[in-house]
Amino acid sequence: MELNKRLFSRPLSRRQCIGGLLALCSTALLPARLFASTAAFSATDTQAVLDDLSEGLPIEESDAVNLKAPDIAENGAVVPVTVSTDISGVESIALIVDENPNPLSASFTLTPDAVADISFRVKMGKSSTVRALVKTSDKVYMARRDVKVTIGGCGG
Amino acid sequence: MASKVKIRGKLSGTVAKVKLLIPHPMETGTRRDADGKVIPAKYIETVTLYKNDQVVMTGNWGQSVSKDPYLSFQVNNCAAGDVIKVDWVDNLKETGSGEVTLK
Repeated sequence: MELNKRLFSRPLSRRQCIGGLLALCSTALLPARLFASTAAFSATDTQAVLDDLSEGLPIEESDAVNLKAPDIAENGAVVPVTVSTDISGVESIALIVDENPNPLSASFTLTPDAVADISFRVKMGKSSTVRALVKTSDKVYMARRDVKVTIGGCGG
Repeated sequence: MASKVKIRGKLSGTVAKVKLLIPHPMETGTRRDADGKVIPAKYIETVTLYKNDQVVMTGNWGQSVSKDPYLSFQVNNCAAGDVIKVDWVDNLKETGSGEVTLK
C-alpha cells in the first residue's frame, strides 16, 4: 500500500500521523453507517438487533408493512417470507426471527429503482415471532407475526 | 466451483419481476456431522443486484437464510433489453453470479 510505504520509509511527521489516524478512523466507522452492521448479525438478542438497526430512530408498529409468513411451518429449514410495503422512501428492509441463535436473518438496502417487495426463505430453529423492519430516513416501521414450527430447521 | 445461479426475469409494463435461486449449502456452523464434528459455517453474506451494472439492491444475509437461497424482487423503470445481474459473496469469499436479459 502506498500509505504504508510512505509511513515506513521515514519517521512520521506529526501531520502524517494525524492524517493516518483519521483515515483509520473513517474506515473503522464505515460499516456502522450501513443499515445492518456485522455486529447486528452476530447479536444474539432481538433487542440488541433492533437497537442496532434503528440507529436511534423511533420504531413504530404499522399495518403498512406487509409481512407474509405461514402460521404453521411444517419444515423450519424452509420458511417462505415476503415483506412488502407501499411506504415511500424505503431505504432498507430487514427480517428478524426472535428465537433464532442470531435473530437477524437478512437485511436489504434498496435504491429508488428497487420495489419494496421481497420474498425469500429462512430457517427457523423453533416457533418464534418473526419481525419485518422497514426503514425510511426518519422512521422504522415494523410488522410481526408468530410462526409455529413443527420441525426445527437447525441441526437437521 | 460454485454452480450457476438460476435467474428468471419477466417484464410487466416497466417493472421487472425477477426470481433467482442460488445453489449454496448455507451452513450455519452449528450443525454436526455423523462423527459429532462441527460442520464449518459457509453462508452467503452479500448479494448485490444490478440493473445494467448499476446497483439496485444489496442484501446482507446471516446464516439463517435457507439452503439454496431463493429470492424474488422487483425493479422499477425497466425496458426490454435491460440486463438484471446478481453477484454473491460468501463468508469464505467464494463468489458467484448470474444474469438475465429482459424481453
